[in-house]
Amino acid sequence: MMEILDILVSPNFWAAALRIATPLIFGVLGALLCERAGVLNLGIEGIFTAGAMAGWMAAWLGAGLWGGVLVAALAGATFGLLHAVLTVPLGLSQHVSGIGVTLFATSLSYYAYRTALPDVTSPPRITAFQPLDIPVLSDLPFLGTVLFQQTALTMLALAMVVVVGFVLYRTPLGLAIRAVGDNPAAVEAQGLSVMALRMGTVVAGSALMALGGAFLTMSAFDAFFFGMVNGRGWICIALTVFASWRPGKALLGALLFGAFDAFQVRLQTEVGAFVPGQVFLMLPYLLSILALVMVARKADYPRAMLKPYFKGQR
Amino acid sequence: MSEPLPGRPHERKIVLSLAGITKRFGAMTANEAVDLDLHAGEIVALLGENGAGKTTLMNILFGHYVADEGEVRIVGPDGELVPLEPGSPHAALNAGIGMVHQHFALAENLTAFENIVLGTRPLLAPSTSSRADRQRLEALMRDSGLTVDLDLRVSRLSVGEQQRVEILKALYRDARVLVLDEPTAVLTPQESEGLFATLRQLADSGLAIVFISHKLAEVLSASDRVAVLRMGRKVADLPTAECDRQKLAELMVGHSLSQSRREPRAPGEVLLALEGVCAGSGREAVRDLSLALRSGEILGIAGVSGNGQAMFARLVSGLERATSGRILLAGRDVTAGDARAMIAAGLARIPEDRHRDGIVGAMSVAENLVIEEIRSARYQRLGFLDFGAIAARAREAIAAHDIRCRGGSAISRLLSGGNIQKIVLARTLDAEPAVVLAAQPSRGLDIGATGEVHRRLLAARARGAGVILISEDLDELFALSDRIAVIHRGHLTPARDAGELDRATVGLMMAGHAEEAA
Repeated sequence: MMEILDILVSPNFWAAALRIATPLIFGVLGALLCERAGVLNLGIEGIFTAGAMAGWMAAWLGAGLWGGVLVAALAGATFGLLHAVLTVPLGLSQHVSGIGVTLFATSLSYYAYRTALPDVTSPPRITAFQPLDIPVLSDLPFLGTVLFQQTALTMLALAMVVVVGFVLYRTPLGLAIRAVGDNPAAVEAQGLSVMALRMGTVVAGSALMALGGAFLTMSAFDAFFFGMVNGRGWICIALTVFASWRPGKALLGALLFGAFDAFQVRLQTEVGAFVPGQVFLMLPYLLSILALVMVARKADYPRAMLKPYFKGQR
Repeated sequence: MSEPLPGRPHERKIVLSLAGITKRFGAMTANEAVDLDLHAGEIVALLGENGAGKTTLMNILFGHYVADEGEVRIVGPDGELVPLEPGSPHAALNAGIGMVHQHFALAENLTAFENIVLGTRPLLAPSTSSRADRQRLEALMRDSGLTVDLDLRVSRLSVGEQQRVEILKALYRDARVLVLDEPTAVLTPQESEGLFATLRQLADSGLAIVFISHKLAEVLSASDRVAVLRMGRKVADLPTAECDRQKLAELMVGHSLSQSRREPRAPGEVLLALEGVCAGSGREAVRDLSLALRSGEILGIAGVSGNGQAMFARLVSGLERATSGRILLAGRDVTAGDARAMIAAGLARIPEDRHRDGIVGAMSVAENLVIEEIRSARYQRLGFLDFGAIAARAREAIAAHDIRCRGGSAISRLLSGGNIQKIVLARTLDAEPAVVLAAQPSRGLDIGATGEVHRRLLAARARGAGVILISEDLDELFALSDRIAVIHRGHLTPARDAGELDRATVGLMMAGHAEEAA
């Protein structure tokens, strides 16, 4: 029991939770943007992979770390545009298109990696983003470790929570995005373009998702591995429901998952002798499902989600 | 072209002109060479049956559709008529056209205020509205009398309030032309009167108003001028003062109408009785329902949609179990009966949503015609379906009831609403049931199909069946019913002879003022 308490008050534990949460923050923000506009984006898993590969590759080719981040965002935006074209003007099934984008983006990323590096056995490494060292702030007790010794991408993720929240709730653009996911006819009747709004939001949301992938290869690790996204995209889809499509709650949900994950790693070292390791690996997912079950019953899906809209249609 | 009425100051100025509007959808022509002029300060009713092209015409005006031929011109800043960019709601809004859609174009997750300011500022502006915007809107509400709680989410507003938000949206954008598509479809009679009073006030302040309707009474009472569309063409455009019901109805359908008449008939024994029945919970609940339906009568149930009619219908048709009370059908206790038991006991059900509950859309006309009797020996041979007998029944029903389709094998969902209702009527009424439950049987149908529904309900009554007619249309209720009861928030008033009631009384009862009305 004491061991558990020790884990929970340790700053290293919370720093790890935030680190694990970072790609999820990007992913959930991206997914909730798309869904707020009425489009489910199951391309997320593939867009994560594409972002991870493209960002790392750009940095490895010498574009610099921030250059890599930009390239990752562009890669995400491109696959987002594909999904947007298929689902918005063409009105195809969002499930089918999304899964197709995931398969396509994942395979294309692996293909590009193998084509660029045909003979490599151990993945080449880049110099990844390093933990920040901000005078005074990074030296604060507890908070300094948890918040200010993270990498720049984690800071960016936290900033994006504020940005997405501001756009969604304070600007006319956000108002239009929230409206178009509830009743596109309302948006068209007020003279706005449903198609432009939905496509733009899906593209922007997909760029955010790709940053989650870029974090993996450029901050959490320093190389690209096959299978490294490992279901994080799908977790984001579930966390979006948990977050009731709100940026603040998205941060909370991602942190919760990060905390579960960090907790299981530490718990393993404490009681790993008695309990098989797989139980611990299962733990964050199990707890996420439980948390989801508790909130999802009241989930208030955007009313027009999954429904294609055609101009003038009643 | 009609002359504007004399006396009103604004009416001489044309603010909007549609010329030669033609719109085709594939082989169907929705509008053909329609001309229509609107003058400031007048209220024009656009009258026509379903499918006459009213909504299409207004959707062209508002830019939802692009006309194949013809031009819309609207008065510009310098008072001259200028062409309106086709196919752009944005351009229509900027030109001062406001549209209140039949199915409200409101985002329910936003507040009334957010819905009104949506799209009025550049998308990347740092805030959605200013205090000045808010004050301007509040002033508009005071002047127009259209009050609504701006900070409530639309999902929490009543239907009437949502309609006010829709009108405020147009006024907030300085609309000079206001188009309303079937604005009274969802309102109580009192709310409708209030709406038309507001529209008159807005017209007096210089707005040009068009409302789409197929209800003759409101067209006659609320408009200055009537334009009648029939099969996509404008067949009349004349001052309302020169019209009467008969004339408008004939213009609308293109031939003279013979009204179905309800012959006097002494009611017989009680066929269906509800005794203190409760069911459901929340907004859907019905409480303490009691009624006695007798042979040879039509019992009308009036009420604004959503006051428990759906639960009442489900209860009587055996789809919902009563939590207390008793239901007797032909003297037998059927409280615990399911839908099949009710059909077997002699109940026929004409469901409210004919597309969803009346037919199986993916199945053929023939299959839908026999689906309730599929277990009877008539359609079986050695335990297998007898397709010969089913096809024969389909041929007979299609011929007898003039169901317009390619034949018994046609897919049902592709038929028009009127023809789908004919399938439902043939299936339910041809078996001569003792009790008929008709829920909103003519909703969405045109005059011709409505007449057929009425004729068949009256025929059922004439042969001694008891008919429950649930309807929101008071004209229909008064034309058909021997007695009328009103349902409000799940409670049913005692049925009274239709002859003792008038529209105003029933309207008050529909709004929940049973005592004042009594």
